[in-house]
Amino acid sequence: MDSNKRIRLIVDITKLIITILVSCGLVTLIVLVTSSDPVNAFSSFFLGPFTSVRRIGNIVEAASPLMFTALAVIMIFSAGQFSMISEGAFFIGTLGAMMIATSVPLPAGIHPIVAILVAGAMGAAVALIPAVLKMKWQVSEVVTSLMLNYVVQFFAIYMVSYHFREISSSSLASIEFKDTSILPVIIRGTRIHLGIVLGVILCIITYFLLYRTTFGMKLRTVGNNAKFAHYSGIKVTGIMVISQVIAGALAGMGGGAEILGMYNRFKWTTSPGYGWSGIVVALLARDNPLMVPLAALFMGYLNVGANIMARNSDVSSEVVQIIQGVMILMIAAEALLKKWKQKMIVKAAKSEAGMKGDVIND
Amino acid sequence: MIDYSFIVDFLFMWIRVATPILLASLGAILCEKSGVVNLGLDGIMLISALFGVLGSAYGGNLIWGVIAGVGSALIISGIFAYFHLVLKANAVLCGTAVNTIASGLTVFALQLATGEKGSSSSLKSYTFPTVNIPFIKDIPILGDILSGHNLITYIAFLMVIVIWIFMYKTPLGLRMRAVGENPNAASSVGQNVIKIRFLAILLCGVLVGFGGMYLSMGYLSMFTRDMVAGRGFIALAACAMGQATPVGVLISSMVFAFFDGLSNILQLLQIPSEFVQMLPYVATIFGLTVYSIQKIRLQKKKSKEIQQNVIE
Repeated sequence: MDSNKRIRLIVDITKLIITILVSCGLVTLIVLVTSSDPVNAFSSFFLGPFTSVRRIGNIVEAASPLMFTALAVIMIFSAGQFSMISEGAFFIGTLGAMMIATSVPLPAGIHPIVAILVAGAMGAAVALIPAVLKMKWQVSEVVTSLMLNYVVQFFAIYMVSYHFREISSSSLASIEFKDTSILPVIIRGTRIHLGIVLGVILCIITYFLLYRTTFGMKLRTVGNNAKFAHYSGIKVTGIMVISQVIAGALAGMGGGAEILGMYNRFKWTTSPGYGWSGIVVALLARDNPLMVPLAALFMGYLNVGANIMARNSDVSSEVVQIIQGVMILMIAAEALLKKWKQKMIVKAAKSEAGMKGDVIND
Repeated sequence: MIDYSFIVDFLFMWIRVATPILLASLGAILCEKSGVVNLGLDGIMLISALFGVLGSAYGGNLIWGVIAGVGSALIISGIFAYFHLVLKANAVLCGTAVNTIASGLTVFALQLATGEKGSSSSLKSYTFPTVNIPFIKDIPILGDILSGHNLITYIAFLMVIVIWIFMYKTPLGLRMRAVGENPNAASSVGQNVIKIRFLAILLCGVLVGFGGMYLSMGYLSMFTRDMVAGRGFIALAACAMGQATPVGVLISSMVFAFFDGLSNILQLLQIPSEFVQMLPYVATIFGLTVYSIQKIRLQKKKSKEIQQNVIE
């Protein structure tokens, strides 16, 4: 049993290394083919993020929203569901936090807490819709959640432009948040805000919820084999719904933390796509909430690198999306390295059997 | 008189906006019937929309556009198929990956080609010709509605019949259905499940590719960023609602396209445009839900009937 666990770990890590190498190789290839100044582009991409404290701060800032959405994705996927709602839940969360931050007067310490809680509640409410439709009438949660993401996007933009708009601004922006609602910066010289602490705390809580409670045990059982879970007396559909609601709340809180930590107005005109990046981060973390901060930092590093590269060279930052897609493919490919894994397991089993054989012979 | 021309205009536009959804959902039939959930339709459409434009702009004629558009759709479908079928990656994740790659790759390639990230308006690309059908075009009202559409539109509606014949009257169609119905049974009689599904995904890619090219080379005459706007997902919903049959898919595509067209018209009214833009997506959620409720009712009714028959 122990050796099996070890083998799985070795294979997982090897696969991760291959994925990262292939991604870096792909960047290299794209840059070599398209750039007229590849050396500059490379150094901007790979080394650029480490050249100043502010840029290192940028990595952490970029990682912050991804932690929340990745946790949401882990909650949903662990229950065997494929709702893509983390994108919409995140965006509705930014809307919720914006509404509280602009129009409800509250004392300094409490204001952001209330705003983030409202953001989480709105995220949960949005995530509830595809979950309930699936539970009651078996409507595919994949399609409804994807559609709902568009609805949420248009709804949020509508709310901002019709009810919270800064009239004097020529581009779409909400009125300014009250000073009491802004999340404080925790490291000077950067914009790293208190939201990142909340993210890390939520990673730990989610880990305990998933791996140290009966609820988490039930949830993972449902995810692994819903029929087995059903026959062992677990209320399968209930667990599926709760997992999605928790996920929505996590992503929504992420939206709240992001907008209160990084902005003083609501300025998005389309959904920012953190939900999608969250899938990549969740996969990189191998569905382990404790690994999420690390995976999010890596993704943040790639994003910051791509932005610096886009500013300094002729390669545009969309390279990151291509890499993200390739990463999803590589990590999701279950048959990758399977033969090697099989061989190792067989070898380990044989040597174990051989040892036992010796004992018996003695 | 105004009402009359308004209705004609609307019906004409209804057919126009139905074309890409119909083509993509016909493609989805092939995947669905052979047992593959192809969530990458949206991305495949986006990629072929761009490469169709680029191909025709750089190749200097429409043929190169079609070759580039279909070729790119085949390549990305092939990647999806290889990872899903051979490397056993989850279909939803594969589809998500394809969509992510597509939205990055198209903007990246667009910037490389034009220096802009928004649209391909600076490129001189070609569009598919519009076709006036002889005789029909001379019929009063009907001619105004049915004639003068883009070539792809007619191909799309023709494809309903072609796909029906393919699925139900050819050996390959039978194999696809068999593989989808019960892969183990099909493989026990010597069918190569992976090969047939691979083929289904590629053929789906061609249809979806034409749907994408229609958007940038017919519906509009250029590529704009994220122009597919979820039509691939709507097509998937249409395929599910049409129970993956060509006629059913035709009907449900027309239903979803109706709301798409409606949102085009309502934009002229005083309603906030965001609500109007929401309409097709809300309609899709609503449509899928109603359909699912109906389906469950039907199943319950059937099982009751069977029970009663057994008792009698």
